Amino acid sequence: MSAHGFTRREFLERSGALVVSFSAAGVAGELGGRTAAGQGAARAEVPPLDSWIAIAEDGSVRAFTGKCELGQGLFTAQAQLIAEELVVPLSRVTLIQCDTDVTPDQGTTSGAQSHPANFNRANLALAAATAREALVRLASERLGAPVDQLRIEDGVVNVVGNRGRSASYGSLIGGRKFNLALDPGAKRRPPREWTVLGKPVHRLDLPAMATGQFEFVHNVKLPGMLHGQVVRPPAVGATLIGVDETSVRDVPGLVKVVVKKNFVGVVAGKPWQALEAARKLKAEWTRGTGLPGHKDFHDHMRKQPARDTRLVDSKDVDQKLKEAATVTSATYLHPYQMHASLATSCAVADVRGENATIWSPTQAIYPHRNTAALVLGLQPENVRVVFRMGSGCYGINGAETVSYDAALLSQAVGKPVRVQLTRKDEMAWENYGFPFVVDQRAGLDEQGQIVAWDCETWAATLGGRPGPRTPGNVVTGFLVGFEPAPFEPRSPAPDPTAFNNGGNHVPSYVAGCVGAKCEGTGRVKGERVVTHVVRSPFWTGPLRSPQRLQNTFAHESFMDELAHKGMADPLAYRLRHVRDPRLANVLTVAGKTANWEARPSPRPGLARTGVTSGRGIACVLYEGDNGYCAMVAEVEVDQAKGDVVVKRLVVALDCGPVSNPDGLKNQIEGGALQGISRALREEVTWDDQKVTSVDWRGYPTLSLGYAVPVIESVLIDPPDVPATGAGETSITVVAAALGNAIFDATGARLRQVPFTPERVKLVLASRA
Amino acid sequence: MGATTLNVNGRRHVVDADPQTPLLYVLSDDLGLRGPKFGCGLAQCGSCIVLIDGDPLPSCVTPLAGVGDSEVVTLEGLGTPEKPHPIQKAFIEEQAAQCGFCLNGVILSAKALLDRNPKASDEQIREALKGVLCRCFANVRMLRAIKRYAREIAK
Repeated sequence: MSAHGFTRREFLERSGALVVSFSAAGVAGELGGRTAAGQGAARAEVPPLDSWIAIAEDGSVRAFTGKCELGQGLFTAQAQLIAEELVVPLSRVTLIQCDTDVTPDQGTTSGAQSHPANFNRANLALAAATAREALVRLASERLGAPVDQLRIEDGVVNVVGNRGRSASYGSLIGGRKFNLALDPGAKRRPPREWTVLGKPVHRLDLPAMATGQFEFVHNVKLPGMLHGQVVRPPAVGATLIGVDETSVRDVPGLVKVVVKKNFVGVVAGKPWQALEAARKLKAEWTRGTGLPGHKDFHDHMRKQPARDTRLVDSKDVDQKLKEAATVTSATYLHPYQMHASLATSCAVADVRGENATIWSPTQAIYPHRNTAALVLGLQPENVRVVFRMGSGCYGINGAETVSYDAALLSQAVGKPVRVQLTRKDEMAWENYGFPFVVDQRAGLDEQGQIVAWDCETWAATLGGRPGPRTPGNVVTGFLVGFEPAPFEPRSPAPDPTAFNNGGNHVPSYVAGCVGAKCEGTGRVKGERVVTHVVRSPFWTGPLRSPQRLQNTFAHESFMDELAHKGMADPLAYRLRHVRDPRLANVLTVAGKTANWEARPSPRPGLARTGVTSGRGIACVLYEGDNGYCAMVAEVEVDQAKGDVVVKRLVVALDCGPVSNPDGLKNQIEGGALQGISRALREEVTWDDQKVTSVDWRGYPTLSLGYAVPVIESVLIDPPDVPATGAGETSITVVAAALGNAIFDATGARLRQVPFTPERVKLVLASRA
Repeated sequence: MGATTLNVNGRRHVVDADPQTPLLYVLSDDLGLRGPKFGCGLAQCGSCIVLIDGDPLPSCVTPLAGVGDSEVVTLEGLGTPEKPHPIQKAFIEEQAAQCGFCLNGVILSAKALLDRNPKASDEQIREALKGVLCRCFANVRMLRAIKRYAREIAK
């Protein structure tokens, strides 16, 4: 590989280096000299594929990461991390991300897991700390001074009080080669001493982006590259009867029509020619298998065979509900929503004989290598996946599927092929975010305190991330003959063996007791949470805050209904039921920053016409252990039109030590607005055969013309706890915060997302 | 196919393409420009915007034949990473992006407005941007960057 990235062999050109990796044979052992080829020798000379850091004898630093930039600022944050731990200027760090020939296997960049994976006491952070400590030990020997007498500045180790005695990293390495294993005992630099990490460093990639120079996957060009398009079935479940190739005989530039089972595509010399060919190709399909009605879909979900899971069950919920002073119940509904990336998905593949290279915007280079190999019938070790950024994906958009598309078409013509999907192909077939039904029931005692919380959910799924073995989890894999992950109904659910709130199925206010251990964030001991997963007619997959957003909408809206029932202030009522001090803290801080007016909702003396205003609050401990967030929303509701105007959002966030406060605020703001778009507008629609929301008219979103609310972010930034994820926190609480604010403003409760003007008017009209 | 002459970023190019080809494909494929981008092909998202004689227009639905002698300016026609145009600099200073894919349409639409009306109100700015989408929703920063540029040219 040349112009398109970095070769591991570049290391061979350097005579000295210090390399930190997982699999180093022996700590601080010197590598053998350069020898002739041969696998063993080659493995010893080229840094192993699980290496994280390589410092050259000129003091330059290369770091390797399997966590990719997706627009969340992770590339810059990881470069900051390396510079901080090695005490070198940021400009000396070259970060190489996500390439199966070069970088370590870190699974998938998703689930707000990059900070937990790379910024605490493992992997990238630990590798940098290991390298720094090794260099300090070398300096100690060289300078004849104990380690505690040494300080590092800009990659130079100095003896304290004697500036003449110093050694640069480059001089310490010299012409030698050091191959170090990750040292689990290496010490991180404490956040209080950080000078690069924790600072609002500018994004390294932004100047190129703002000037049109940045290479997105859409801009990858290879010599002799052709352009492909796919022809998807006209309906869900339709299968191919035949293709009439004569229908495109006259299309200029056409190279080939490719058919493989139900996969149909065309390859042409130019992108516009490929589009013309795809448009004109006559393909005959069977009728689709038919779709359940859109309007009654949530009822349909309840009736399907299900896989049941019990997350907590104190076994006394029915009894406690019987004894409660009052029992409240409500049902919340969430639609299918889309990633609907701004760019349609794109990939470039070069498949020749037994080898393939795929430039892909996938979040999962290693798993993708395996499934692409399955799709192509190649050996995984002969497939290289090189990450190139697409537009923001927010989960599994069409990145995997279009990479298979490009690879299949390239294989068919033996030349590099670029495919960028049409807007319709992207939106009709992507893996949507899950639709949810949530039944909530709770009992209050005479004082209004919750004594039992009973929660039952239904979610529909099909496919998902392909992982290393299941290309049928996305549409192209299915079309060429792979099945999606099997669906195995199970009922009733067995009792839980451990507490797991990764999906935020368990409300924040219950104790989360499994056996003798209580690991939830709340105080309510009477608790039961049962989930039902049913088969979806559409592909589904993780969409920013998958399940957590839907569950949190239901939990935090219902908590507001309970506060109303208990005639309590919604913030104080939450604090009464929360046990976790960090969750209580973000609630308190958000309230304080927003000048929260303590009183029950709705606002007293509301007018039932005209524009009224209100405030609402919601919170979450994301994934049960991955970031604390609370949000106060202030809204105005036009009761005649049903319009909801969001005036102000205040967000308090505790994600441990912050790597880049400005980057984090960017994530909070973007998540909050994306949350408004999802709460107010976004919903996948379909008829009896096919998805009908296939462009931006059918799937409306907020544009840059939207009158944005004031957004205030408060970062708690505690130094002495592990770093958690943060990018999916603010979006998770938006729908509930808005719904609660609308209730405060109007006394009407919205229990179905999106809160369209029609739905708002409907609940306003049904007020008592 | 046929030879067509295009003026792009101050240079004349002769391209061999069907005159009905939308301008976007010629710019991004034949000329290898990375500024204008395919987002929807339906003039609904703003990703493909270019300035044609100063007007921000969707190049995904503008046929090559319709461009004629007009001056086409793309995002890379404004400035470079080393020497960004003041509006590009404003976006960098405000860190106004996440994935960055929408920057093309946002920057060119805002520049077209403010170059004609440096005192544009917030509402006029939003009106000018209503056809441009950012799915990362970096709106807050982008609006801040646009106003920074407005202040810059008002000096």
